[in-house]
Amino acid sequence: MAYTLALHVNGREVEIHSDDPDMPLLYGLRDELGLHGPRFGCGLGQCGACTVHIDGKPARACVTPLSALSAGQSVLTLEGLGTPERPHKLQQAFIDEQAVQCGYCINGMIMQSAALLETQPSPSEGEIRAALAHNLCRCGTHQRIIRAVARAARA
Amino acid sequence: MNQILSRRTLLQAAGALVVSFTLAPRGAEAKSVAADEVDAFLAIDAQGLVTVYSGKVDLGTGVRTALTQIAAEELDVPLSRVNVIEGDTALTPDQGPTYGSLSIQNGGMQIRRAASTARAALLRLASTRLGVAEADLLTADGVVRPRAGGEGIGYGALIGAGGFALKLDKDVPAKNPESYRVVGTSVARLDIPDKVTGRFTFMHDVRVEGMVHARVVRPPALGATLLEVDETSVQAIPGIIKVVRVGNFLAVVAGSEWGAIRGARALKARWSDWQGLPEQARLWEHVRGTKVVKDDVTSNVGDAPAALAAGAKRLAATYDFPIHTHGSIGPSCAVAELRDGRLTVWTASQMTHALRKQIAAMLGMKPDDVRCIYVEGAGCYGRNGHEDAAGDAALLARETGRPVRVQWSRADEHGWDPKGPPTLIDLAGALDADGNVVAWHSNFFVPQGAAGNVPLVAAELAALAHETVMAPGNIIQNSALPYAFPAIRTVCHRLETTPFRPSWIRTPGRMQNTYANECFLDELAAAAAADPIALRRRYLKDPRGLDLIERLVALANWQPRPSPARGQTAAVARGRGVSYVKYELVRTYIGAIAEVEVDRATGTIHVARVFVAHDCGQIINPDGLRNQIEGNIIQTVSRVLKEELTFDRGAVTSLDWASYPILTFPEAPEVVIDLIDRPAEKPWGAGEPSAAVVPAAISNAVFDATGVRLRSVPFTPARVKAALGTI
Repeated sequence: MAYTLALHVNGREVEIHSDDPDMPLLYGLRDELGLHGPRFGCGLGQCGACTVHIDGKPARACVTPLSALSAGQSVLTLEGLGTPERPHKLQQAFIDEQAVQCGYCINGMIMQSAALLETQPSPSEGEIRAALAHNLCRCGTHQRIIRAVARAARA
Repeated sequence: MNQILSRRTLLQAAGALVVSFTLAPRGAEAKSVAADEVDAFLAIDAQGLVTVYSGKVDLGTGVRTALTQIAAEELDVPLSRVNVIEGDTALTPDQGPTYGSLSIQNGGMQIRRAASTARAALLRLASTRLGVAEADLLTADGVVRPRAGGEGIGYGALIGAGGFALKLDKDVPAKNPESYRVVGTSVARLDIPDKVTGRFTFMHDVRVEGMVHARVVRPPALGATLLEVDETSVQAIPGIIKVVRVGNFLAVVAGSEWGAIRGARALKARWSDWQGLPEQARLWEHVRGTKVVKDDVTSNVGDAPAALAAGAKRLAATYDFPIHTHGSIGPSCAVAELRDGRLTVWTASQMTHALRKQIAAMLGMKPDDVRCIYVEGAGCYGRNGHEDAAGDAALLARETGRPVRVQWSRADEHGWDPKGPPTLIDLAGALDADGNVVAWHSNFFVPQGAAGNVPLVAAELAALAHETVMAPGNIIQNSALPYAFPAIRTVCHRLETTPFRPSWIRTPGRMQNTYANECFLDELAAAAAADPIALRRRYLKDPRGLDLIERLVALANWQPRPSPARGQTAAVARGRGVSYVKYELVRTYIGAIAEVEVDRATGTIHVARVFVAHDCGQIINPDGLRNQIEGNIIQTVSRVLKEELTFDRGAVTSLDWASYPILTFPEAPEVVIDLIDRPAEKPWGAGEPSAAVVPAAISNAVFDATGVRLRSVPFTPARVKAALGTI
């Protein structure tokens, strides 16, 4: 029954163990690796709070079963993007714009935006809004988040 | 299978947020938590580091940063030397729940008083030690020194770890606001660097040694009775520790979180049928037919019924505002541990002191044997499910003898958090022949009850001790008007019941009541062919309110004319609408002007821009305040355009974000704010007030654009199309 998956998470080689290959990646990252970046919001792929990058592409960790991954794939989480001491330009822009209220959704906002900037380094405001259309924020921090992404694009 | 973080690891990860995880042993000298003592609020250690103990908690609003500013300012210490402990019943004074926009106004001012009392004591101590008169000493950077120069003494050396042993002294003068260096500045939020890098510890990240995971299994209908549980249905799932059943309370406990989720999904249980909810399509008939247990007459000026009858032009309208859910992005979560007869609960509760008593009552324990420790959760915007998850965890800790983490599912949160109750409002008004408002008579149909403890779901389901009185919040506030009409009667008919367990959601009652009042006033203005702002100015006698209106007019470049706008023939109609209120008629002033675009073909309303003028007196942190106002506006645009709980006769059916949609990025309006700072005035609340003016500003703007009056929230495309007569 035991199932083991070897992954590169934030540049480290790790193993995730589960008794169920259908366990979503989110629980492996949070409960087994102790990561705080990816967050449980809905378990339905609707809100985006759990967003990580798998091989550079944004993915909803709450609906990505371990069995959908292959050994050796790379997973990047908010912790791997940057640290308070060495923040990624998006993280720095979110600090500069004070683009957080409760902050529960912010992992998804930053990870989704990081993927956007990979493919579109100078997005328009409309493109930023469209890229984040499926990431939900309840506090109403939308305008600051848009400004932060635009600031990071300029950085 | 889970990596268990040790307490030390967690402590390090949490930084200053969580200081101590075990109850102090009995008999040990406890830290003061008496709300009239300086030591309850403040401690200064031998190194001069200041710890502030706050009963008010940061619900993601930035209030921790603001409280740090208040304490640092009043004590004359650098911000970096102040740490804040929040909502720990063993350490912090009970300053009341974190609700009602009172964290700065009440909580912050108690901390300011404690700090000014402490500063005066430090001056006295230094005077003795230095042999210099107090008047010849000053405080700066955590040091008391002679004004004339020379050696000073640091606070740490003066007070050591000894404590002040003083009562809060209301006669000690607080600092002159003109000398402020930290209060009134946009200090960056202390929590944001950790929150944007994954280093922050939310409630959902708390791990305790030996902890197991639970998921609750709620009844399929709110009042259903649990008839039978088939425990063999989860036998095949690895790691299941226990199926817990207490009355109608049911949960699955497992060694891993995923195991608990699988168990909860697989568990077969048989429940009785229950269909006690009203038919949603006839909700307003149900509300109108609910027994009235008392009338609260919130204002009575002149003889409104007589003046109404005598009016030259009479108007009447009915407004309704639906049931809303809090919609926290992170479903509620809590951890509880029962050890040696003492219970520790880690919770994102906005009211840990009250929760402690509720949990103690539920489990038949002494409140002194229960400690609730606040850990920040997802924004709750009122009393959501945080307390209920704590109740679940406490009960499960007792039933399993293990530390238990309870994580609600999305459906648990949408289905079982307490709801903002439905509100129905009848209004009547009259104009004289010259277009003056001569009568106003309103009737509000709202549940009985006030603020208080909302009963815990676990206690209700398990039939353990719980409150039986409803607590929807102070929902009759702002039913009375800020305007001086010659005849006014406003009555709140308090209903015996409401369909769902009620609680407060941001701006409870004030939002619904202001919506009806400010829309209906707009109806009167249109009937009088008056500019909506001109009509408000005519009856607004409060100079501070008039000042705010003037600032708002300038901010939005409002051009006076009656609504609706003439000659709108385009496919997309544009309009502007205004709304104003003085919060609870005693504090924060807010005015808003919304600019909307209405697509006649689709019925879609786009709120393009909202202008806000805001006067909450002294501003502690201008950018933090702007952040709160922006949040109030955008969140309320969501509530007004999109949100409505749906239900069948047994339970909530809007159990996810597809069935309960909220505003998305493409729809979020621009928010333009004018902050009116009054440093010499008291600081009033800002967490809720600006939400109150949003619904009416939107409805009035839609009327301006289309000539159609929307009186039923949410203003969905289907309703707009129906109102426009295009379907």
